[in-house]
Amino acid sequence: MRVLKRLVPYRTALVILLVLLLFPLVDHNAGHINAGADAAVYVLLALGLNIVVGFAGLLDLGYAAFFAIGSYTYAFAASPFYHLHLPFWPMLLVGAIIAGVFGALLGAPTLRLRGDYLAIVTLGFGEIVPTVFLNLPKYTGGTNGIVGIDQPTLFGYQFGFNPLPYYYTLIVIIVVSVIGVLRLRDSRLGRAWLAVREDEIAAASMGVNLVTTKLLAFSFGAFFSGFAGALYVAKLGVVSPDQFNFTVSFTILAMVVLGGMGNVFGVIAGAAILYEFQTLFLADLTQWSNNLGHAWGILFLTKLNFVNLKFLLYGLGLVFLMLLRPEGIFPERRIRAIITERESVATEIPPADVSAAGSPAGGPPPHAGP
Amino acid sequence: MDWNLLVLQLINGLTLGAIYAVIALGYTMVYGIIELINFAHGDVYTAGSFVALATLTLLGATRHMAAAALAFALIVTFLAAMLIMGATGVVIERFAYRPLRGRQRLAPLLTAIGVSFSLENILQLWMGPSPVPFPQVLPNPFFNLGAVGVGQMQLVVIFSSIVMMLALHFFVQGTKLGKAMRATAQDWMAAEIMGIDINKTIALTFFIGSVLAGAGGVITGLYYGNVWFINGFRAGLIAFTAAVLGGIGNTTGAALGGFVIGFVEVMTAQYVGFQWAEVTIFSVLILVLIFRPTGLLGQQLPERT
Repeated sequence: MRVLKRLVPYRTALVILLVLLLFPLVDHNAGHINAGADAAVYVLLALGLNIVVGFAGLLDLGYAAFFAIGSYTYAFAASPFYHLHLPFWPMLLVGAIIAGVFGALLGAPTLRLRGDYLAIVTLGFGEIVPTVFLNLPKYTGGTNGIVGIDQPTLFGYQFGFNPLPYYYTLIVIIVVSVIGVLRLRDSRLGRAWLAVREDEIAAASMGVNLVTTKLLAFSFGAFFSGFAGALYVAKLGVVSPDQFNFTVSFTILAMVVLGGMGNVFGVIAGAAILYEFQTLFLADLTQWSNNLGHAWGILFLTKLNFVNLKFLLYGLGLVFLMLLRPEGIFPERRIRAIITERESVATEIPPADVSAAGSPAGGPPPHAGP
Repeated sequence: MDWNLLVLQLINGLTLGAIYAVIALGYTMVYGIIELINFAHGDVYTAGSFVALATLTLLGATRHMAAAALAFALIVTFLAAMLIMGATGVVIERFAYRPLRGRQRLAPLLTAIGVSFSLENILQLWMGPSPVPFPQVLPNPFFNLGAVGVGQMQLVVIFSSIVMMLALHFFVQGTKLGKAMRATAQDWMAAEIMGIDINKTIALTFFIGSVLAGAGGVITGLYYGNVWFINGFRAGLIAFTAAVLGGIGNTTGAALGGFVIGFVEVMTAQYVGFQWAEVTIFSVLILVLIFRPTGLLGQQLPERT
């Protein structure tokens, strides 16, 4: 009973989860399931970036670098390239851990930097990593990347190129991740992140260790992209450096901001909406407008191709979204409280989540409580 | 060690650095006044190249024209690119950045990314997805400096960049409008109380910054002989790096940062391999920031949120 009670605040999320679990049984279109699985990879990425940007307030413009590191780790470990064929499941964790380590490595030189200095260093890192993978063909396959990456098996079941098992695996991983991220947010560390986001100097003077707090934010963020990377290349079977350019970093950032920075469920929705918009909706829209043009004899509509206009629509969409809803579609309650009414912050803090997660075991009350 | 080669590469670095410095100057001016990472700046610069290309094509400019006609065509091209880009900058500021002024930091940053993506897509639709040749209207004879040959175009690039930098310096330091810009950059609320029209001053800063980007676009087109819609991202990245390297918001620092990056890029291309240029540029940036977290000439700015 107690477990059920704790699930009450998440009933919308649970209903959506149920719909997502049943969706492949109703819709047998492999393309749609494939798009769903790819969107799930981006959901994982957005969950990770949300820790860095949304929780800790560290602007990371090179997040795709960790995605690349996770992807290449699995590609090295399970492909004919190095004649290694390590099993998928342990390597999934290893990829995530290696990406997490690189997250801390990137964090280290940026500790003294803030704001825009941090932005350029992360942006630079995001450019360096794919460049290195591109320019060391002896070790990474260069432009061609690595092909023939092993696909996962589970109790003898071959995943193959069928998107369905990936879809379900990703949903399971996302559910576990969401539980983990929510627990993390309400933990002592999560509160320290929020404190650092709101006011670094105040947080430091209240006893928050800025070094470990920031490094752990980068690490945890990168950890999720490592997961996403290993799953992504296992599903695709190939990896190449151009899959990780700056548009990927910016897209993930846009997903996080679109959904509402700091709001875990908002970020998931943002990632799913933006990804499906890019891949399915634009192609469908082109089809519809062309059909309409043929039916009505309007030449202009038959020639319209929205896929070519992707970045124009994407860019304008970002501009309008920021002008109309700068806090995202689903603003986080704490952020909204701060933006609207600075005085009444204390009364706006959601008590439900805090009590549901419980305080850190045995520890004193967190220093960094908002 | 081949000393002639080194001198030659130093001159190449100076040329490249001059171009980067001009772009970084426009970038850092905008940053200095509203503290916005203006991702669209690099795309404005590339759009400047495209406008110049269109203007030269429209005027039918070729290398074999009479000198007077060619000079006229070039002046028209520069004016067109600079004015159109200046106007573009003002429009972008008015519609994408001004409504968000004073809001939380991330929102204007994302509109800047959005504007950058839109501009890039428009440029791609305009001239196609591959690099476009730029008319080579200027002859490029080589002078001999000792044993080293220097192209005339390089001298033109270095000279015009220095003229622009000096003009900007005197404008910002010597005129009343420049004073208004500096006051607004320091504290826009106080500047407003003192009777400075903030909106006009910021629009003017965007105009000048974008004019510099447009001019930089024409110069690179003439120097390299081709333009590509995607150039803007790298140019913006380099301008940002140069501005941060020199101390963000500091115009002298931006010029210095531009030259440093120009030299680092050329030396990497010569002695390591051109594909590693970006890796060394960012490694230099990270190294500098570790020891001087506010850049080479930067001072601690007051915290703003």
